[in-house]
Amino acid sequence: MEIKVSLKKVKSPLVRKVTEISDEKIYSCYQCGKCSAGCPFADQMDLLPNQVIRFVQLGMEEVLDCKTIWVCSACFTCRVGCPKGIDIANLNEALRLLHLRRNQDHLKLGKLPREELLKLPQIALISSLRKYTA
Amino acid sequence: MIKVNERIGVFICHCGLNIAGTVNVEKVAEEISKCKGVVHAEHYIFMCSDPGQEKVRQTIKEKKLDGVIVAACSPDLHEHTFRSAAASAGLNPYRVEIANIREWVAWPHEGKGEEATEKAIKIIDAAIEKLRDNMALLPVEVPVTKKVLVIGGGIAGIQAALDCADAGLDVYLVERGQSIGGKMAQLSETFPTLDCPQCIETPKMTAVAQHPKIHLYAYSEIEDVNGYVGNFKVKIKRKPTFVDWDKCTGCRECMKVCPVKVPSEYERGIADRKAIYISFPQAVPNKAVIDAENCIRMKYGKGCGLCAKNCPSKAITFEGNGSIEEVKVGAIIVATGFDVMGVNSFGEYGYGKYKDVLDALQFERLLAPAGPTSGKVLRPSDGREPKEVVFVQCVGSRDPDNWHPYCSKICCMYIAKQAMLYKHAVPDGQAYVFYIDIRADGKGYEEFVHRAMTEDGVIYLRGKVGKIVEEGDKLRVYGVDTLTGRNVVIDADLVVLATAVEPSKGIDDLARKLRIQLDQDGWLSEAHLKLRPLESLTSGIFIAGAAQYIKDITDTVSQASGAAAKAIALLSRDKLEKEPIVATVDEEVCVGCGNCVSICTYNAVELDPELKVARVNEGLCEGCGACAATCPSGAIQLINNTKKQIFEMITALTRRD
Amino acid sequence: MELLYFPGCTLKTSAKNFEDSALTVASKLGLELRELPRWNCCGTVYSLAADDLMHQLAPVRNLVRVQELNRDKLVTLCSMCYNTLKRASRLVRRNSEKLETINMFMDEEQSYEGRVEVFHFLQTLRDEVGFKKISEKVVKPLKDLKIFPYYGCLLVRPEEEAIDDPNDPTVMNDLLKSLGAEVIDNSFKTVCCGSYLTVDKKEVVAEMTYKILSAAVKDGAEAVTLSCPLCHFNLDFRQAEVAEKHPEFKRIPVFYFTQLMALAFGLNPEVCRFNLHFVDPKPLLRGKGFI
Repeated sequence: MEIKVSLKKVKSPLVRKVTEISDEKIYSCYQCGKCSAGCPFADQMDLLPNQVIRFVQLGMEEVLDCKTIWVCSACFTCRVGCPKGIDIANLNEALRLLHLRRNQDHLKLGKLPREELLKLPQIALISSLRKYTA
Repeated sequence: MIKVNERIGVFICHCGLNIAGTVNVEKVAEEISKCKGVVHAEHYIFMCSDPGQEKVRQTIKEKKLDGVIVAACSPDLHEHTFRSAAASAGLNPYRVEIANIREWVAWPHEGKGEEATEKAIKIIDAAIEKLRDNMALLPVEVPVTKKVLVIGGGIAGIQAALDCADAGLDVYLVERGQSIGGKMAQLSETFPTLDCPQCIETPKMTAVAQHPKIHLYAYSEIEDVNGYVGNFKVKIKRKPTFVDWDKCTGCRECMKVCPVKVPSEYERGIADRKAIYISFPQAVPNKAVIDAENCIRMKYGKGCGLCAKNCPSKAITFEGNGSIEEVKVGAIIVATGFDVMGVNSFGEYGYGKYKDVLDALQFERLLAPAGPTSGKVLRPSDGREPKEVVFVQCVGSRDPDNWHPYCSKICCMYIAKQAMLYKHAVPDGQAYVFYIDIRADGKGYEEFVHRAMTEDGVIYLRGKVGKIVEEGDKLRVYGVDTLTGRNVVIDADLVVLATAVEPSKGIDDLARKLRIQLDQDGWLSEAHLKLRPLESLTSGIFIAGAAQYIKDITDTVSQASGAAAKAIALLSRDKLEKEPIVATVDEEVCVGCGNCVSICTYNAVELDPELKVARVNEGLCEGCGACAATCPSGAIQLINNTKKQIFEMITALTRRD
Repeated sequence: MELLYFPGCTLKTSAKNFEDSALTVASKLGLELRELPRWNCCGTVYSLAADDLMHQLAPVRNLVRVQELNRDKLVTLCSMCYNTLKRASRLVRRNSEKLETINMFMDEEQSYEGRVEVFHFLQTLRDEVGFKKISEKVVKPLKDLKIFPYYGCLLVRPEEEAIDDPNDPTVMNDLLKSLGAEVIDNSFKTVCCGSYLTVDKKEVVAEMTYKILSAAVKDGAEAVTLSCPLCHFNLDFRQAEVAEKHPEFKRIPVFYFTQLMALAFGLNPEVCRFNLHFVDPKPLLRGKGFI
């Protein structure tokens, strides 16, 4: 599939929004992929972490539809390894927030079976609500 | 002070559109022509071109100019050009001043034409004020010692020493290790020709040993450096070897009986040496040294002594404190080379923890025919032949957040070579290389990498490795291939890390002694990255090889010969001319406080012990002006940069506001 | 010595075994863990958005509680609380403008001055009590008990907040050794268990639990120890899902490190509240003669 890269796209609001929320230098990334290589959940992701950054670098809004940002558990393994000091977890948080700040919740607790909910400790419920809901 | 009959000419350069695109050069010429003493003002598209210089020469003659201002780019670029032009027309070169209206005006104020034009006028006006009091000067002449000091006995130092010696100069070659040869002597084979160092470097080492003009100081270090270009005084410390080198024949009988084993520096820790040792079979000099820290006899002052008993020439003394010798040289070539990052780094790769995770220099020793395994590739852990080997590039390089921001430059090529040599040693094995970019930018290099991929079937994976974990007797490598967008797991038998190249340990200390600069990463600073890459900022001190920045052997040898040529050219003259912009002391005013003595980096100022006034050694003075700035009474001043001139310039800069 | 202690939500409910055992072993070591008065939720996860200060209020408010008592140290047991409080404390210490804004948001509180240091109890044990003193209190050494210490993420990452070497932490290894146990160490000790993914992607967490635990078992571990109630839930409760998917999987009990200390100190096993565990540790402990 062809990607159209243009001035308009590269200067798209996506880059600015993600930079504003995450305070990360998106164009520092030179795509070495160490974040992906170390990621414990990479096999659950549709885009590898380095690809998520690449999509943002090119202003490709479709990155917002990827599964990756919801699979990231913010374990910071990528951050510790990144040669360019980019906190990829912060980028993923920014992309999640672009949904959540429009009230687009990722998690609907009401849809979970009641016995499942009862098992879960507060720490699990509250942290997932913090990450997945507005 | 405006003198009667001053005849100043001002030449304003457009620098194409570099200056004229921002600065209104016509207006500048018009305004400046109104200044007192200015009898000529013109502008031209390229003053530095031949016709431009000819204009300067012609006008000096025709209008009998006694001073010239060229308003153009930085004096770093063309001050010399215009001073030479003026000199050829009979004007003293120190009656020429440059007003920098490109870097100071046009470039930083692009798009602000009016303000830039005003600023250009002010800067030229100030230069005119300085010029009024510029004295006509003659260069300072200093005598020359036609000898060269070369620091570092790797391939750079060897080449520089041989070239200088072949030109008839006496050379003192100082190497801190037991033998010359440097890193190159540790290599298996060299890219892209696959020559072995034994074939191509050893003959040069022997040539050093036999050259009548080369005085080799192995196992020695630079203690102290004094003096200046053409006239350096250097103290060389010969470290104690505890072996009488006049008697030692290099027979190695001592090494056979020594009971102490120490990880060998030459073998990069994958094999041992003895406490008395000669680094490697082709070592130059072929003389033994005792490592006092590990020798039983040296540690306890008694016992053992087996080496001495076994020495047929009775050379082993266990005595001595070394010695310090002073030599005089006219030029110095610094060729201290590099180190590679070692253990205790890269925890995620298990470096230093897993025996089969090696750095590339260690792997060189495994590949070397004369190495500890006689060139057989065997795992350090169990001696098995590894069937799958993973090479990881950019380990510590291009990693500003954790280690070094720069590219280590040689790794792409030596990894291709190592992967290739591994395949030659283990034809049924497989090599994988994790890389970010392949940088193969030398003659025959791209073709070499191509050969590794096609003929030797090395698989290149585009991405970094996240971590390496021991899994049974395998090393599980977790990497990524960003081209497929998939994570990659390889169960390897051996992993080789291309760890970052760093400046040689101790270079900061040496640089201090030599009064030369290091850059932010610890490499030697060159006078100009493009145009003077072989010179340090201190005249008479040249730099060669990887000490300036990482280089492969081809570039190192080229630069070494270049630095040698610079030194030879310098020492081909009987007298040296030096910039006469030096400090002078008004002895009537000097109170002998000594501030200037302590601030001078070049040790150029001394207090006269009897008269208690400061004295400047013109040979040493680099004209930096630090003394003048610190002098409380204004007694010490820099010629043609006097306090008076500076105040006149400030006045000129402010009077139009 | 009295230490101000921040429990956090889960230690009051499903991780009561962690709190009870911790309080008891602390007092055995001469430490009184005094619960921070009027504490509130730490925020659970540290907000990673640079433009969002609202979510820093909860952790900073807890630091104000410490300041109100003229104290400058706060100790946590839960790794997540540790990380959230620690990062918030560092954020406002480094950034006075952000601190000012946060103080403005909470003008009903006294202004936070940025002095409180947050510690994890493992740091207290290592740096203040010392493993030597701990080993002196051991009356029932955990001899022959092979334990895999699992550090997870938030004790060691990001590196600025790490209580130990982020690549190869050893603080729990050393603690286990001082209790007489045998340490089973492998690189999964710092691999994420899946954390909050457990709520809507439990199969992902179960798979990670399987990877972590089967590696430990393969290396000979009979039990796991850790310091995070969320890790505990994932590694303990999710073993049900693991066993469903991987029939060969053998369940192993998961302890909080304070429970093992209580056992080794010979304290009443009641404080360990083994009834709160999904995989019952009692058979293993009985078999080895520890209870």
